Amino acid sequence: MNLVTVLISGVLFGFGLALSGMTDVGKVIGFLDVTGSWDPSLIFVMGGGLLVTTPVFQLLVKQMSRPLLAKEFNIPQRTDVSFDLIIGAATFGVGWGLVGLCPGPAIASLAYMNEDVLLFAVCMVAGLFLGESINRKVFNH
Amino acid sequence: MMEFIPALSGGMIIGLAASLMILVVGRISGISGIAFGALNDWKPWTLLFLLGLITGAASFHLISGVPIPRLEVDNQRLIAGGLLVGIGTKIGAGCTSGHGICGLARLSKRSLVATTVFISFGIFTVYATQHGGSL
Repeated sequence: MNLVTVLISGVLFGFGLALSGMTDVGKVIGFLDVTGSWDPSLIFVMGGGLLVTTPVFQLLVKQMSRPLLAKEFNIPQRTDVSFDLIIGAATFGVGWGLVGLCPGPAIASLAYMNEDVLLFAVCMVAGLFLGESINRKVFNH
Repeated sequence: MMEFIPALSGGMIIGLAASLMILVVGRISGISGIAFGALNDWKPWTLLFLLGLITGAASFHLISGVPIPRLEVDNQRLIAGGLLVGIGTKIGAGCTSGHGICGLARLSKRSLVATTVFISFGIFTVYATQHGGSL
């Protein structure tokens, strides 16, 4: 694993999240508040991201037998739209709507040294491990 | 009026970061998965990526002078929100980055369904809590 690339990617990702407004919970709630004073600007975050990643995946990754500095691509292979996928996404959506933080911005926002962000992030991590045991016990994987 | 410009350029930088990850090291930039991996396996690359996220956000505010956003949410809501985001992204195999930025670019049907579902439930939750009194 080329750790320099990982660090540069992480820094770019965090910079992009803060620039885009995704770490601003007021803005995120405004984006999700379609029946209130809707602020649609955050749709451009996913739009801008996909503008870059779609040609990369469709034109470059598909042509490559392996990544530039690793042995193999590590890409999810599942294609079935399963019950756990939908239940999980719905649960995530409720949590996202309650506070306005999804995982990337929650971790990037730790930079703000705010104890509320820290509380959210700790609970999110606890949730990830709870989710893992639910996956094992309920969904058998 | 021009609020879409930081959103669009920030999104493109996120896309560039995700592109570097897949092209160079062959990994999907799914933050919920990386965060779980960081504490479950303690792999150096996952910890380094998360450290990068924090450093990147800090650098943006230092360089631009844009004030740090406020967060005024009560503790019960932070706890419930954090737990639900963690449980949901683990069971649903991804979040806004893994499904939204990478999965949709891969034209994955699972990611399209997941993204539609979590945005819909996010909208519903904001509607219920902001306009319908307490949930």
